[in-house]
Amino acid sequence: MPIATSFQTIGPYWALIEHPEMADLTRFGAAGENVVLSGRMTDGDGAPVADAAIELWQASPAASETFPGWGRCACDRDGRFRFTTLKPGPLPGPGNAQQAPHVALTIFARGILTRLVTRAYFDGEPLNDADPILGLVEDPARRATLIARPDGPGAWRIDIRLQGESETVFMEF
Amino acid sequence: MSETYRRVADEHTPFRDLVPNTQPDNNAPEYGSTHKRHPKQPGLRTPQTVTEIAGPRFSPSHYPAVIDLSRSGGHEAMGERIVVHGRVLDEDGRPVPDTMVEIWQANAAGRYNHPNDVHDAPLDPHFKGEGRVFTDAGGWYQFTTIKPGAYPWRNHFNAWRPNHIHYSLFGPGFATRLITQMYFPGDPLLALDPIFNTVADEHARARLIAKFDIEVTRPEWALGYRFDFVLRGRDTTIVQE
Ligand SMILES: [Fe+2]
Repeated sequence: MPIATSFQTIGPYWALIEHPEMADLTRFGAAGENVVLSGRMTDGDGAPVADAAIELWQASPAASETFPGWGRCACDRDGRFRFTTLKPGPLPGPGNAQQAPHVALTIFARGILTRLVTRAYFDGEPLNDADPILGLVEDPARRATLIARPDGPGAWRIDIRLQGESETVFMEF
Repeated sequence: MSETYRRVADEHTPFRDLVPNTQPDNNAPEYGSTHKRHPKQPGLRTPQTVTEIAGPRFSPSHYPAVIDLSRSGGHEAMGERIVVHGRVLDEDGRPVPDTMVEIWQANAAGRYNHPNDVHDAPLDPHFKGEGRVFTDAGGWYQFTTIKPGAYPWRNHFNAWRPNHIHYSLFGPGFATRLITQMYFPGDPLLALDPIFNTVADEHARARLIAKFDIEVTRPEWALGYRFDFVLRGRDTTIVQE
């Protein structure tokens, strides 16, 4: 039986495949509630991660000709990223559980050999308290790393810390 | 009475676990850039939900294919022209059709067309180093390029990356996303490269090396290489008929 191919790092020069418009998931004319999700990525020294690729994937709303459900953004010199997308709705979870609205975020960078995957939930969503994935994180401070905070009208912010104090919760599946 | 059993998987079936030792550990002390970038907390094991099992779809209408990196603006890039082809399969040996494959690489001199690359080697105005192809119904892909050069990278004294092409693949689900590098056979730098050697399993490591392929080598034109990918398979369940 063949086994899945090994990962190797995306390296420092992945921007050869970077296209800034990919950070706007509404660019094909998607209709819905537009949201901006932005944040800043820092390393174990609190320094900006200036050469990372961050990808956003959301299974809700379902992908269509006008909504890819996927985007990619290059962190800037200050480690900042910014996506424009549609607000996700709830999704079915394991068993009869319902998942609160969320997007998945994937981090690729020089110095990361595979990929780091986390989620961004939206602060104040009533389903957050019963979400089956959030519920796996017992420490409230760690759980908070998965929750985007309001950042003005239609805007949300989530920071990503790769290592150390307030380290983001990363998932394996 | 005979009973028959069948392995069942559909688009809602989760993907199989990655196999230990066949994937790098993000904590890789020999590779300096990992020191401040690997999480110290263990990863949170989560069940696969629709978020992990479903995945994005890409069509060439939104993401145009670029299948020949060896020419740009009607001019030939410098260096050794090569054809690279291969197949994308899952762990059950089934082809992965219509999936997007992104490619990027250094030029023949070992220099990336990127402002952060300050290696003292010439840029080639006719080589951009970006490609994008889609697999066909049988999971096959092919592109033409220039063989990338080795380049120094300051990880340690006299550190040189072996010749390599970077790849990004998506596959049928979010869980099947893959970013990796393809190396070339017989490269003496492989034994010395901390990134290649982050894969502990020798056979898995060997599968990151392309094979010379006389079948796609085109007379009087270009050498051919074959490089196959395996993406995670579905975690099939066995049902009684
Ligand atoms: Fe590279």
